Amino acid sequence: MAQIVGYVGTSHVPSIGNAIARNLQEDAYWKPFFDGFPEARKWVDKVRPDVIVLFYNDHGLNFFLDKMPTFAVGAAPRYANADEGWGLPNFGSYRGYPELSWHIIEQLVEDEFDPVSCQEMVVDHAFAIPLKLLWPEGTGDIRVVPIAINTVQHPLPSARRCLKLGQSVGRAIASWPEHLNVLVMGTGGLSHQLDGQRAGFINRTFDEICLNKLVAEPEALTGYTTTELVDLAGTQGVEVLNWIAARGALDGHIREVHRNYHVPISNTAAALLVLENQV
Amino acid sequence: MAATQRQTIPGTTIFDGEQAAKGYALNRMCYSFNDAANRKAFLSDEDAYCARYGLSKEQRAAIGHRNVLELIAAGGNIYYLAKFAGLFGLSVQDVGAQQTGMTVEEFKAKLAQAGR
Repeated sequence: MAQIVGYVGTSHVPSIGNAIARNLQEDAYWKPFFDGFPEARKWVDKVRPDVIVLFYNDHGLNFFLDKMPTFAVGAAPRYANADEGWGLPNFGSYRGYPELSWHIIEQLVEDEFDPVSCQEMVVDHAFAIPLKLLWPEGTGDIRVVPIAINTVQHPLPSARRCLKLGQSVGRAIASWPEHLNVLVMGTGGLSHQLDGQRAGFINRTFDEICLNKLVAEPEALTGYTTTELVDLAGTQGVEVLNWIAARGALDGHIREVHRNYHVPISNTAAALLVLENQV
Repeated sequence: MAATQRQTIPGTTIFDGEQAAKGYALNRMCYSFNDAANRKAFLSDEDAYCARYGLSKEQRAAIGHRNVLELIAAGGNIYYLAKFAGLFGLSVQDVGAQQTGMTVEEFKAKLAQAGR
């Protein structure tokens, strides 16, 4: 049976991609952010995941507003990164795992979710940058299942719904018959707001609450309405929904391996959280 | 909660169905900038390109003004507007400074302050 070895939550700010391409890891502005990752890489190298299930939001690459799914699950043999229009380097492509994707989709529908299934899917910076941060040389043979959550066009799924989505994905993984080590990831956030007169909004206190609750008590985050999340985390800080969803998949004893928090990276409070799921 | 019952947050536009409907043509044009050939076409003949996407008068004016608050008022979503800003090499700090009436340096200082 497959088992979830742990969890990585990380920001996915686009400019990280340019900083990597320009080798700015030691630059004074970037160092406090990149210094969070050697510890996380050491841990992923130790647990050696076979599969990564990654919860993220698409920013107008695979999905446009003509057809906007609340939840979408990739079921493709391969996922390529592609041009988003603002000059990021291309991060290449990733090996999929359609059989596991369909197994997850089966479980989600049985649990009364109605995901869109994607046999063709391109993945944007929110998928590619977190993987590049953890596997600078590429993910190689590790297979991936992308799960996209709408955090762009309201109404967004609630925090409670996202946690339940993750729980359903966790059940699917637990019932997979072959042995697999699975890493779940949630990307985006934490607090930031790009748009409006409130642009530049950051809320360190709320981010710390989120990180602490994600470790010990994720249910506590399900009490926030979407509007409250926008108010507390900013219009794009709602990407914390991806972190909450991914956390739902873990049901073992949780050990916090590592965290890092640094403000600002671009307009964002950048965070990293690594949890081990001890089953 | 229905959109009509949503509380308002100062300085913040919730991109909901109403905004998405209003901004559809504008966001659709910005989505097209994922393609390098389209970016080039816009830059070589902005009027013709905007006409092709059927922008409203308000949207066309806001594009001409390169004004992000006007673009949001016209239904633009920031992720799509970022693709437009990218045409001119503008970062989200440039965009943030413009919206808050600060210089870029002031806006960056405000972000750095939030980390302390």
